[in-house]
Amino acid sequence: MDILTFMQQMVNGFSLGSMYALIAIGYTMVYGVLRLINFAHGDIMMVGAFLGYTFMAVFDLSFPVTVLLSVMLCALMGMLMDKIAYKPLREAPKISLLITAIGISFFLENAFTVFAGGTPKPFPVPEYMEKIFDVSGVIFSVASIMVPIVTLILLLGILYVLYRTKYGMAIRALSFDIKTVNLMGIDANKIIALVFGLGSALAAVGGLFWAVNYPSVEPMMGVLVGLKAFAAAVVGGIGSVSGAVIGGFIIGFTEVVVIAFWPEMGGYKDAFAFVFLILVLLFKPTGIMGEDLEKGRF
Amino acid sequence: MNDSIFTRDRLINLALIITTMWFIWFAQHFFDEYTIRIMNNVAIFIILAVSYNLINGITGQFSLEPNGFIAIGAYVTAILTVDADGMLYQYDIEDPYPWVLALQANFGWALFFSGTISALLALSLAFPVFRVRGDYLAIVTLGFGFIIRILAINSPEITNGSLGINDIPEASNLYWTGGLAICAVLAILNIIYSKYGRAMKAVRDDEDAATAMGINTFKIKTMAFTTSAFFEGVGGGLLAALLTSISPDLFTFFLTFQLLIIIVLGGLGSTTGAILGTIFVMAGLEYMRFLDEPMNLLGFETDAMPGMRMVVFSLILIFVMLFAREGLMGKKELKDLFKKKKANK
Repeated sequence: MDILTFMQQMVNGFSLGSMYALIAIGYTMVYGVLRLINFAHGDIMMVGAFLGYTFMAVFDLSFPVTVLLSVMLCALMGMLMDKIAYKPLREAPKISLLITAIGISFFLENAFTVFAGGTPKPFPVPEYMEKIFDVSGVIFSVASIMVPIVTLILLLGILYVLYRTKYGMAIRALSFDIKTVNLMGIDANKIIALVFGLGSALAAVGGLFWAVNYPSVEPMMGVLVGLKAFAAAVVGGIGSVSGAVIGGFIIGFTEVVVIAFWPEMGGYKDAFAFVFLILVLLFKPTGIMGEDLEKGRF
Repeated sequence: MNDSIFTRDRLINLALIITTMWFIWFAQHFFDEYTIRIMNNVAIFIILAVSYNLINGITGQFSLEPNGFIAIGAYVTAILTVDADGMLYQYDIEDPYPWVLALQANFGWALFFSGTISALLALSLAFPVFRVRGDYLAIVTLGFGFIIRILAINSPEITNGSLGINDIPEASNLYWTGGLAICAVLAILNIIYSKYGRAMKAVRDDEDAATAMGINTFKIKTMAFTTSAFFEGVGGGLLAALLTSISPDLFTFFLTFQLLIIIVLGGLGSTTGAILGTIFVMAGLEYMRFLDEPMNLLGFETDAMPGMRMVVFSLILIFVMLFAREGLMGKKELKDLFKKKKANK
């Protein structure tokens, strides 16, 4: 392997890792406040990509407007999902929440299969995103640079919200104890809705980037990506936002690098994330950035 | 308690078993092929649901792995019952290993090995799986189920990869499926009412308290996991011999989802509920076939909508969780219903 190929794989890994990271942040934030693995989170990413496809291919809107609209709609959908399906179960056993989440995930996948069709649809990538730079042999597309940069900006934004605003303080307080937060005069349900909104918005961005990089959308696209992003959140330490980003990069890089070095392992590509997940849970359940499970998160 | 061996409960059980056996015999002789096929399916899913309920409902460990164990069982039966010529003819991607060709067994032994290999796998997986609890356990088992499927796709020398194995001898009939369903239900009920079953319920209700009472929770959980894997393997073998062709696509998370709906609808923790849930869901899937087909709604012609049934089923699942979390039976069994009536009088 020469240095050029290596650099090329680094670029690809960065791009893939960023997308996992964007989705992993949503998992980690919801888990932080509700201790719930939001199974439907990967499907929100799918909805984001589908909305993007609808706005661009059907309504012929420009890419920035599409991003704005899809992100807003997905954030609304995340809040709605919380209100309809998770809020009534706040006091219920955690397993009930998990089963409901699986139900919602299946509902979204099948509803989109029924109403949008199960076959992959080509995503109309804007031309300027496909423009290619050749820096002394290493090939960049605009998209592959934009994805990590946007991810980092969004990460900084989320960290700002969490640590420098009142809402962030409320979110962090929720991760310690929901009941006490209510007693302090904060409407916990509003803050939880905010967390779902933020997480779903990031998932929508991830979904749109995914659609740009692998230019097609289909109803089942969120399943595997969602599970891998969850693995990333656990590897980074669930509950920690920066951990989720680190985890996302680790999983993304592993996938890209292992296949570059050992192409015969290609068939096992989708299993790496799970192997990582199981190893982390066995040897360091708190992950890289995570704290003790019983203490607060973020 | 009554000292006679013919207590009321035992007589009811015996009557139920004999009625079911007579019904199986009657169905095999007088029902048409379509009905028998559905009944075969129901019997196999009763085995799967009742054993899945043992780990999920009774022991309270939210495993999402049955699709993996069912796949193992199905592949073992397929490899053991398809003869060497048939395999050489089918395996297009890679030539099968010699030992894959050499291994042959009749259907009964094949089912037994299906169960045993699934159980052995569960035994070895118990060590990593039960180091975590709750929703983490769900994800780890989901991951293992996924890895088993990936392995099946990527070992074409054994499983014929994504093409799967075809022309499996159609050995499943109502005697096999129904008979084994009765055996599975009886075996699992006996476990539930033994001291191990009580320990399993203790683990479900409060694991720390169970540990404090001197229960080896790891052992109990492993026991439930392994037993349920055994029956899931057997069920997988029966499924392979009923469908006559299997491929990795059959054993996706969707299969687990179906079983999950069944046991949630029936009531997590009730064997009677699992059986009723199976009958409802399987019958529902058949009757709601019309949803997937083109419809004429008030003059509007709709196109065929494959997947509509699953939309309905996932809505049912969410609905049950939100408004009727106990399901049909809650944690009650058939005989508890009789008892309650008596008490009310």
